[in-house]
Amino acid sequence: MEQFISLLDSTIRVATPLVLAALAGLFSERSGIVDISLEGKMLLAAFASAAAAFAFHSPWIGLLAGIAVSVAFAMLHGFVSVTYNGNQLISGMSINIIASGITPVLALAWFQQGGNTPQLEPDSRFSEIALPFADSVREVPVLGPVYSQLLSGHSILVYMTIAIIPVVTWFVYRSRFGLRLRAVGENPHAADTAGVSVARVRYIALFWGGVLCGLAGTFLSVYQTGAFIKEMTAGKGFLALAALIFGKWRPVPAVIGCLLFAFADAIQIRLEGVDLPVVGQIPSQFIQVLPYALTVFLLAGFVGRAVAPKSIGIPFVKSR
Amino acid sequence: MTDYAIELVGISKRFGAVQANRNVSMKIAKGSIHGIIGENGAGKSTLMSILYGYYQADAGSIHVGGRETRIRNSHEAIALGIGMVHQHFMLVDTFTVLENIVLGAEGGLLLKDGLARARDHLKALNREYALEVDPDAVVGELGVGLQQRVEILKALYRGADVLILDEPTAVLTPQEADHLFRILRALKEQGKTVILITHKLREVMDITDAVTVMRGGEVVGNVATTDVDKETLADLMVGRKVSLRVDKAHREPGAPVVTVRGLGLTDARGVKLLDNLNFEVRAGEIVGIAGVAGNGQSELLEVLAGMQTPSCGEIVYKGETLTGTRSRRPRPALWREKGIGHVPEDRSREGLVKAFSAFENAILGYHREKTVRKGPLYARRTLIERTRDFIEQFDIRPANPLLRVGLMSGGNQQKVVLAREIHADPDLLLVGQPTRGVDIGAIEFIHKRLVELRDQGKAILLVSVELEEIMALSDRILVMAGGQITGEVAGKDATAKELGLLMGGHKH
Amino acid sequence: MKFGQPSTLPRWASLTILPVLNLAAALLVTALVTWMIGEDPWECLKLLVSGAFGYGEGIGYTLFYTTSFIFTGLAVATAFHAGLFNIGGEGQAYIAGLGVTLTVLAFDHTLPAPVLMPLAILAAMAFGAAWAFVPGWLQARRGSHIVVTTIMFNFISYSVMLYLLSHHLIEPGSQNPTTREFGQAAWMPAMHDMAAVLGFDLPSTPLNASFILAIVASVVFYLVVWHSRWGFELRTVGVNEKAATYAGMSVSTVIIVAMCFSGALAGLSAVNELMGSTHRMNVSFTNGVGFVGIAVALMGRNHPVGIVLSALLFGALTQGGLELSFEKPVITREMILLIQGLIILFCGALENLFEPFIAPLFKRKD
Repeated sequence: MEQFISLLDSTIRVATPLVLAALAGLFSERSGIVDISLEGKMLLAAFASAAAAFAFHSPWIGLLAGIAVSVAFAMLHGFVSVTYNGNQLISGMSINIIASGITPVLALAWFQQGGNTPQLEPDSRFSEIALPFADSVREVPVLGPVYSQLLSGHSILVYMTIAIIPVVTWFVYRSRFGLRLRAVGENPHAADTAGVSVARVRYIALFWGGVLCGLAGTFLSVYQTGAFIKEMTAGKGFLALAALIFGKWRPVPAVIGCLLFAFADAIQIRLEGVDLPVVGQIPSQFIQVLPYALTVFLLAGFVGRAVAPKSIGIPFVKSR
Repeated sequence: MTDYAIELVGISKRFGAVQANRNVSMKIAKGSIHGIIGENGAGKSTLMSILYGYYQADAGSIHVGGRETRIRNSHEAIALGIGMVHQHFMLVDTFTVLENIVLGAEGGLLLKDGLARARDHLKALNREYALEVDPDAVVGELGVGLQQRVEILKALYRGADVLILDEPTAVLTPQEADHLFRILRALKEQGKTVILITHKLREVMDITDAVTVMRGGEVVGNVATTDVDKETLADLMVGRKVSLRVDKAHREPGAPVVTVRGLGLTDARGVKLLDNLNFEVRAGEIVGIAGVAGNGQSELLEVLAGMQTPSCGEIVYKGETLTGTRSRRPRPALWREKGIGHVPEDRSREGLVKAFSAFENAILGYHREKTVRKGPLYARRTLIERTRDFIEQFDIRPANPLLRVGLMSGGNQQKVVLAREIHADPDLLLVGQPTRGVDIGAIEFIHKRLVELRDQGKAILLVSVELEEIMALSDRILVMAGGQITGEVAGKDATAKELGLLMGGHKH
Repeated sequence: MKFGQPSTLPRWASLTILPVLNLAAALLVTALVTWMIGEDPWECLKLLVSGAFGYGEGIGYTLFYTTSFIFTGLAVATAFHAGLFNIGGEGQAYIAGLGVTLTVLAFDHTLPAPVLMPLAILAAMAFGAAWAFVPGWLQARRGSHIVVTTIMFNFISYSVMLYLLSHHLIEPGSQNPTTREFGQAAWMPAMHDMAAVLGFDLPSTPLNASFILAIVASVVFYLVVWHSRWGFELRTVGVNEKAATYAGMSVSTVIIVAMCFSGALAGLSAVNELMGSTHRMNVSFTNGVGFVGIAVALMGRNHPVGIVLSALLFGALTQGGLELSFEKPVITREMILLIQGLIILFCGALENLFEPFIAPLFKRKD
């Protein structure tokens, strides 16, 4: 029981940035803009937030800085994709590489710590929050540990993420903006003739995508590790993209995908070198590869079928 | 005194060298169904696009409900109570009917209230006009007829009093078309005005109160439907054009080169694009396919060239059944080797690669032949020489084999395609719209070459929306409408009126 | 996805002026960043150039890096010509390394060099091609997007290689996940050794016979793409699938074959690295070479001359950048990554950004 709860606990920790990035991708891709730059925006935000939190001794200023930088690059992606009608994939690729390049360069120049930022003091870092009565109910059987260990003791960012999931779902399916977002990604010409500005919707979608990537990056540096580390996203942006495809571009299934991938990750760490009955040792790489392999199968239609928003990646040129 | 919903006065619109509309005037009575009829390129769609705000007229004025207005975009048109049902539906396939209808007119930040209001409104509209549309159905799963009704609902929901329908029956079955007409009549009874753009005479006669006939961008007739008959309309629509003169001696055709039996093609939605076609083309004859664009001619050409696989029927070429043969190689390549040449309808998107130079385009489709190669590589010099020959024989300009074809004029692009296909010495030449966008001089030249080929004993299948061209060149004329052959006329006996009737869907 | 939007500029101008302007823009932004971190961009540039070209050893290293970049640049360009964006060069090179390693470890003590080396090169190409075949096949036959699939295949290749290296290929007794050293029979002849035979004295660098292979590959690439039937089909499919169908080409076959060739070319970079320099397989030998290929192909406008030149630029940036980082500890190899990203942005995503500014200069008088 104890072990199982700690397994779920680390699942939540691993899943949080994935969920944020996947939802960021959802905004962008549902509007018809391919976003392979989730990874890069997260990395940029991780650096910016760590640097700002360090400089101003405030995690909140760090968060703002992370979001600002991530949004700025989202707007660059918007300029290429929406205004310039350029190639969205190449644009995304370039943002990823720029992020990998500029973050350690600036980190080294500003902090002289080998491309990382200095470890943040507790007061300039998001800390774990104990929910009310977490200590007093600890002894209650079953529910006690679930409340005090699994639900309590996370960063404010985790709770924000938990709140964001229903908000985004509601936004996408129940709001005027959501309807327009989905229409623009499916058939921008239909949206256009119905009086919806395709460019406006896409820019707004990219903006919110930028905000969420900013949160994800901040989570990594200002909470999880307490410092920016070179290449600290380590493919999480692409994993989020995989989860988004896994969830067929829908918010709740995408979140489930993230949880699944995170759970696999949490298990993998615990299985390292453990002999299991029948199968023996499972190499950790085998579990790491699962999300990616699953995505390929899903895209190929071998296991179900993930159908992307129809107009994704195609620049919108007003016809007549 | 009649109330007019729309009055157009002296509308003119020019696109580059093309005068799409010239001094067009018409009055559309409130509460009527008004037909606008004309051939392809008569200027109907341009006119309606001006009315719907997609284009601005160069001259003239628009009056809506008696007041002169400027319509700068489609939102202004919608605000004036004008609705448009496009030929290609503007619907989001993954959305429900209700969601499609409220899109862009949600009435608030939250969808819930808007959707509820729309649902009530929809119920009323459904009842009033017998539309029978389920608001919760997913649009992509609906048939074409129902999708069209969703488009009508969209316009009505936005408060349209004037509804423009652009070739609405082009994609419908006869039953669906009948249902549509019942809806249009109901709309009329409720005081709505309907503008119906079509080329089908039957529809005009059946349903409209008045009709405007357009030809070459101009209005050639404005009449009450009760005052005319089909023959008069066909005559007005096609006109008595000065016929193209092509010197062509009578020639007895030889053996059939290609025979088509029971040929059919059905698209993914189950619409019959080609429906039980039976005909043959013999050596030394030109068979023309007449018809309004979009009645299956393009599909026929593609099927005969091997680019599409027919759903049923067979194609027999020089005694060999081509359909049903299996090969690892793509059919167009295989069939081309057997001697079927193809000048495609859309030369710039199919027949040529605009980014390639002339000498590369000169081998497109024949690029596998050994004669163009020296060892594993292309014999560049041979290719350039061949292109020079083309340039000389077909008077292609600029006379530069290295020039990118995209930089040539339409007529010269067409000559490149024609030269290439004729050079291959085909026994059957499929020709689509050979003179579309081609200047007068080149037209004459191209026509002459086609007749020469016929005199050499080649079989030619000519598809064109230019009746004049069909009449001048063809030994026999087949008319297509709705994917079927509606009639066959000998080339020398054909009259525009007769063809016009057949093109309008009237069978012999 | 189609590339090569029609340009109104004369061909020579869009092939020269635009890339130069785009490169200038990328370098300008880099200079700005350099200045921001308190260094003198001009001084850094001088150090970089002298590090890359200022002395024999530097040139050797520059050309060594150039070799790998030519291979991956050609790989990306092959796919581009078919209208495909192959992001998977990294993974393909990685798996190609596996092909080399398996072949060499199996035969380096039994086969003589003249047999082993071609065999290992073929293995690299075959493994790279096979790793690219799957995404190509999935794109052509199942409609899965090549970009997403190749990204996923990159990650899969990392895991596969890490597993194989740490569990099966690892040198017994080693702490690091690397193989044992290859036998001499599998060492690509070093350029300085070959030159010594001819009586020239070159400094000892990892530059090896793969460089010659890269130049040969560039020439073959040119001939195949612009002068062969297959290249004709490739380019037709890339710009106009409808015309390709009309001309009797099988679009899906062309896509699959293009991806295989792309993967095979990417795989050759593993030959340069493993057989030419490290002489053993390790986890990080590809080191982003597949991604540099994207920048190289975009900047070189998918033409071998452009690719060789931009590969040389990246080779110089890599080598000069390393030298620079000795002199200026603030400037690390990530600076090169930044330049690479900016070049992809300006030469790829915004390739015609400057066209409106220079188009009036070329206005035709007609």
